[in-house]
Amino acid sequence: MKGNIVISVRNLVKKFGSFTANDDLTFDVFEGEIFGFLGANGAGKTTALRILSGLSAPTSGEVMVAGYDAGKESEMVKRNIGYMCQKFSLYEDLTVRENIMLYGGIYGMSRQLIREQEQKLLDKLDFKEFRNRVISDLPLGLRQKLAFSVALLHQPKIIFLDEPTGGVDPITRRQFWEMIYETAAAGITIFVTTHYMDEAEYCDRVSIMNEGRIVALDTPENLKNQYNALNIEEVFIRIARPLKQTV
Amino acid sequence: MKRFLAFVRKEFLHIFRDIRTLIIIFGIPVAQILIFGFVVRTDIKNAGIAIMDLSQDDVSRKLTDKIISSGFFINTGHLSSYNEIETEFRKGNTRAVLIFGEDFGRDLTREGKAVMSIIADGSDPNAATLITNYAMAIVRDFNMEIAGPALPGPGMIVPGVKMFYNPNLESHFMFVPGVITLILILICALMTSVTISREKEFGTMEVLLVSPLRPVQIILGKVTPYFLLSFINVIMILLLSWIVFDLPVKGSLVLLLAETMLYILMSLSLGILISTISDTMQQAIFISFLGLMLPTILLSGFIFPIENMHPVYNLVSMIVPPRYFIVIIKNIMIKGTGLMFVWKETLILLLMTVFFISVSIRKFRLRLE
Repeated sequence: MKGNIVISVRNLVKKFGSFTANDDLTFDVFEGEIFGFLGANGAGKTTALRILSGLSAPTSGEVMVAGYDAGKESEMVKRNIGYMCQKFSLYEDLTVRENIMLYGGIYGMSRQLIREQEQKLLDKLDFKEFRNRVISDLPLGLRQKLAFSVALLHQPKIIFLDEPTGGVDPITRRQFWEMIYETAAAGITIFVTTHYMDEAEYCDRVSIMNEGRIVALDTPENLKNQYNALNIEEVFIRIARPLKQTV
Repeated sequence: MKRFLAFVRKEFLHIFRDIRTLIIIFGIPVAQILIFGFVVRTDIKNAGIAIMDLSQDDVSRKLTDKIISSGFFINTGHLSSYNEIETEFRKGNTRAVLIFGEDFGRDLTREGKAVMSIIADGSDPNAATLITNYAMAIVRDFNMEIAGPALPGPGMIVPGVKMFYNPNLESHFMFVPGVITLILILICALMTSVTISREKEFGTMEVLLVSPLRPVQIILGKVTPYFLLSFINVIMILLLSWIVFDLPVKGSLVLLLAETMLYILMSLSLGILISTISDTMQQAIFISFLGLMLPTILLSGFIFPIENMHPVYNLVSMIVPPRYFIVIIKNIMIKGTGLMFVWKETLILLLMTVFFISVSIRKFRLRLE
């Protein structure tokens, strides 16, 4: 297909006692790709995300992220990925600048590099006037953009977005997706989970999880054709429902 | 190390930017020392006492004078009948009534012996006990004066009581160590548990965990500022009590500070433990207050002596860490004893610290799984 493989998952199994949260997952994600990771609540998305980001070890299987084994070399994986979650993960009582200094600091960046990156970031977002404002003073949309940029501060190869657009208005969501496209165009891989099915259409490829398994994985176009659906939402409902009822 | 410092820097920013945190850390200790020192007193000064002298003789007048001029009491009135006693108590200023019956003077001269009564307001038992003790001591003293040393009759063994380490029974001898004990566990455990559960609640903990910072670094980074600030706090309290109450540290200051550090560590590890079992700040605050504040005040021997507790509570107090620290700090500050006398308590605190840390680590690992 295209480019290099940056995430490679082979036969990933994660069990909690007798409960199997991830059941034999196998997939690849390519460089610069926007990979949508869908699934109903409890389908095992979060568990998989935690394993991919080095937070927990798989029970069995091989997970390579950015060239490192996520189970054994989680430290190296963590250095090479960025992460942003729904809550935007900025400290509200700190200023824009202090947040940037903190993230640069905990990723071990030099002062010089932090300053350069900060400058770039503020220029790009047209954010100079907010530099010394505390986060709680900023509107939600700006916070979200800033959180995304801060997660990219240490120039990771992959960024994981865990429902990044929860609770923001459609216009802000649109703008946010523009940032995502730009970032992907620069060669950074985007791994995104979302509940908004229209957002799934923006992805290069989409995987749909149900009951711990990946039940579909393809481009949005192919999925719609395959399931004879008008949009991804229909695909999702068709896939998720029948399986649920058999249990 | 650089990552760690960047993280600690952020923790300090959180603390200095939040006025409430600052008040809890620095305002409350000062306020508590001053309140406990000046307002809450268990020693008696100027307790209101009313006199009902129906005898009006020489001896009764002299004894009254002696009691009033002792400095412990002030005269709040003269009563002339038993009916007035309750009204007098209800007014609120009088804590005790001194009664000389009509026959007091006559009995004393005729039979060499007379009965006087002290009626105290028992609605405040501690104060009532103290007041009657003080008054009785004065009466005993007076007895000696009028009887003279030449009369060692039967039943005249006079106990000479002296309070070692605290001759005047000053209450801040008890409160300063108590407040240090309370403040440290409050700041360390409460603030640590709150600050860690805040990260969980705001979702920033996830981000920290995904970063290359190790979990140990995150936890240490969280507690380092509180360790330093608590230490500064202790020095501040000691200075304050020395300047305001003239309360010196009798024993080794180095030993006291070392023991304090151990206690701070214990409290911090307790705070970490609390944060592992609470997901929100509210929970953390609730557990800290209920699980720490109350036992510290009630069961540590801070205010209520452990010896007087019901055996069940006594047993419960065994697992209340402040109980041991109070013994240590009182020994060093007031008695001036060395490590030889407090090693058992020190060991217990040490073991508790190790226990709390290992349980927290296990809990934390479980969460990461």
